[in-house]
Amino acid sequence: MKFITTLLLAALMAYAIGMYTSMPWWSFAITNLIVAIAIPQKPFISFLSGALAVGLLWASLTIIVDQANHHILATKVANILPLKGSYVLLILVTSIVGALVGGLASLTGSFLRLAKA
Amino acid sequence: MRLLPFIASAIVTIGLVAVLNTQLTVGVSKTPKLGYFLSPQHGFWKNAEKVNTNFDASIVANELKGNVDVYLDDRLVPHIYADHDEDAYFVQGYLHAKFRLWQMDFQTRVASGRLSEIAGADKLSIDRFFRRLGMVYGAEKTEASINATNPEMKATVDAYTAGVNAYIKQLDPADMPFEFKLMNYAPEKWTPAKTYLFLMFMSYDLTGRSATTDLQLTNTRDYLGYDLFDKLYTNNQDSLDPIIPKGTVYQKPSIVPVKPAKADSAYLHQNNAVAYTNVQSPEAPDKNNGSNNWAVSGSKTKSGRPILCSDPHLGLNMPSLWYEVQITTPTHSTYGASFPGSPAVIIGFNDSLAWGVTNAGRDVLDFYEIKFKDSSENEYWYNGKWNTVTKRTEVIKVKDSADVVEQIPMTHWGPAMYDAHYQNPQSKGRNLAIQWTAHNSSTGVETFYRLNRAKNYDDYIKAISLWTCPGQNFVLATKSGDIAIKQQGSFVARWEHQGDFIMPGDDSTYAWQGIIPNEENPTIKNPARGFVSSANQKSTDASYPYYLGTASSFPLYRGISVNKHLIGMSNITAEDMQALQTNNDNVFAATARPALMKYLQVDKLSPDAKRMVTEMTNWDLNNGVHSKGITVFKIVWDSVTQAVWGDELAGSPIPLTKPDDFVVLDQMLKDSNWSIADDIRTKDKVENFKDQVTLGVENATKKLLELEKENKIEWALFKETRVMHLTKTPALSRLNLPIGGGMNIINATTEMHGPSWRMIVHLTDEIEAYGLYPGGQSGNPGSAYYDTFVDSWAAGKYYRLLFLAKEKLMQHERTKWHIQFKKANA
Repeated sequence: MKFITTLLLAALMAYAIGMYTSMPWWSFAITNLIVAIAIPQKPFISFLSGALAVGLLWASLTIIVDQANHHILATKVANILPLKGSYVLLILVTSIVGALVGGLASLTGSFLRLAKA
Repeated sequence: MRLLPFIASAIVTIGLVAVLNTQLTVGVSKTPKLGYFLSPQHGFWKNAEKVNTNFDASIVANELKGNVDVYLDDRLVPHIYADHDEDAYFVQGYLHAKFRLWQMDFQTRVASGRLSEIAGADKLSIDRFFRRLGMVYGAEKTEASINATNPEMKATVDAYTAGVNAYIKQLDPADMPFEFKLMNYAPEKWTPAKTYLFLMFMSYDLTGRSATTDLQLTNTRDYLGYDLFDKLYTNNQDSLDPIIPKGTVYQKPSIVPVKPAKADSAYLHQNNAVAYTNVQSPEAPDKNNGSNNWAVSGSKTKSGRPILCSDPHLGLNMPSLWYEVQITTPTHSTYGASFPGSPAVIIGFNDSLAWGVTNAGRDVLDFYEIKFKDSSENEYWYNGKWNTVTKRTEVIKVKDSADVVEQIPMTHWGPAMYDAHYQNPQSKGRNLAIQWTAHNSSTGVETFYRLNRAKNYDDYIKAISLWTCPGQNFVLATKSGDIAIKQQGSFVARWEHQGDFIMPGDDSTYAWQGIIPNEENPTIKNPARGFVSSANQKSTDASYPYYLGTASSFPLYRGISVNKHLIGMSNITAEDMQALQTNNDNVFAATARPALMKYLQVDKLSPDAKRMVTEMTNWDLNNGVHSKGITVFKIVWDSVTQAVWGDELAGSPIPLTKPDDFVVLDQMLKDSNWSIADDIRTKDKVENFKDQVTLGVENATKKLLELEKENKIEWALFKETRVMHLTKTPALSRLNLPIGGGMNIINATTEMHGPSWRMIVHLTDEIEAYGLYPGGQSGNPGSAYYDTFVDSWAAGKYYRLLFLAKEKLMQHERTKWHIQFKKANA
């Protein structure tokens, strides 16, 4: 339950800070950190919830946009980046980048919580 | 020790974010900041526009005098209905920015030498070139003059600027155009100066070739000596069919330029052998920058009303140079292609008339050799005394590096573009000042402003009389039945060969002796033959009293083809004109192929070569998409000319100008023993055309066999026509388009160059107009409207253009969206 809560909360905060503020793209790392400090979990679990939060958020956002766009831009970008024009790979790479940063930020928060305990 | 995992994890996290927030260097290019670029809420995904986007909007703007309604049709063309002229230009600026902001920024950056600022030291050579050429200098002069003397144009450009900036101001950084994110920079405010810089760039694109060719021709002359040069680069074009028909009688010239007494020895036969240095210079404008335009009178059309056609040939880019628009105000109603970056319509029509342009090709840029007193470059020698130089400072900002400062010595001729601080292989270590009509303040904006409102022939003449640079052939057709064409610009009254080469800069007798009065520029109205046309050929035959420039600036065969067709046509319809504008007949080959066959010794050929010759002789002389004969002909012709003059030019360490095709062809037709045909490297043998044609066919066969292997022998596969994104990124471009045409063809589509806007206007009571350009109304690579017209363009299809009064357009089935611009409440 805690896992799902942190996951949803982190995803919600990551979405909100991107949507409603003009903070830089990586500001979700800070919200993930705060969530991980606020809700203690084991480091690995924390990493997983943070990574899934941002990874799934980014995957859903990009899939929605990409479907509505009929893959026009994703195909072009996947040719500029070395992804052989595959929008699927591009969505995957995007999600992994978000997940990695998000997971590491949560992991850091979890370690900080442990350090202070 | 519990801190350790935290610290380690924090470092890894921050490190990863830092890497993802940095532009990484890959090969010669830089990646975007990947984290930012991929972020769905900040990066490129934001530019992935819904294919069924609703473009309806309501916009409130303080700057407006009244309300403006914009209706977008199914091709995303805006139809602007405004109660005030300035409001219309405000909205045009807003829409240009909404759909084309990045290209507007990029193109004016190129023009003003500001690429290094965003792309780093790699682009410095391009920036320095444009700074030293005086691009900013010229634009500044235009701006100062318009601000001081032309309140109407100032108000127009100011309103346009305010519109662009109103869009930029409300733009969320997350929504800025894709390319800003890719190249990692942000839009900046538009200024009137940028509009003038953009127009300055058009002057460069259409007259700036001389900045390269004058130096190349000088080097070629130096290398060959004038007598040989004069044979290979002759100004006689035997088959010329000029814009103004042959036999036209011209009035006495008001200026009779006097050739300096010693010009033969001190200029024409001058020979400078100086070592050269090696500095990269940017590409010169394309030699094929040209165009077709023509108008047929009612006597030749089915409806009895004139039809006007215009297709400017320029570099094919995405986003396109052009943006279609209708502008309707109480003073005028106009439709056509506009330049993102400039107010008004550039090529189009209104409810009284239509107009189009082709490039005049006249030489309006010269180099003068400067002798400085010493290395300080503070004084230069002119008319027997030392004259003072002023220095113009240009600061080039360079990303991740120190500023580069250019101190350009300004002479009475113009900027000393080349000096001890700036060299290229062509300038060979010499100090060269540049004199260019584009440096004089320009009233070009007003020409289009007036043409947009013109009602008749007299209005058209008044409008274009303001036009200075780049010289253009303005074609006209009116509803009332007039057709006309006039070559207009600030044209220098030259003595023969004046300015073809670098001129002495210390002697006032080499100066320009005047600008030809507008009334003496070649003009023709309602000629007996029932049509007017131009295709960049020389505007007149030799009886015109002024020197037009080197023949190599004037393509010959497209004009012959256009006129041949128009003479033979009657009962013309708009559909006939579509067929003519996309016509692929090769009139050059029609003459050159029999000439080749006359000399070819078939019995000496290899079996493969014989097969190729059969392919060539069976060819229908049409540059069709699937034609193999044209590919064979082209490779054979190029091999033959290479065999003819390649030996003469072979020893030069620097690039020389290639002789024109017409020179070789004219000689083939009249002199089978032309001395140039001899290979000067074979001392014991004198070759003639028979030897060189036969050798050329054998050489061509080797290349053709390779092309066959690669399956690239069909014309379109060989030619590889493409519309490249301005950054040259293939993924953002359209490659390998199935389109015929080519050099010397009315459908002048070459590799990356061709008809950039095709327009046909039938001047019936309710105007019937067709057009398209190879691009799309949206500059966003993530939009479904990014490349909408490309396939139709390649296939030679046209769109019927919607040109309607507001009430009719609102209800038209093709009208899709409505953008309301409202004046803010006081």
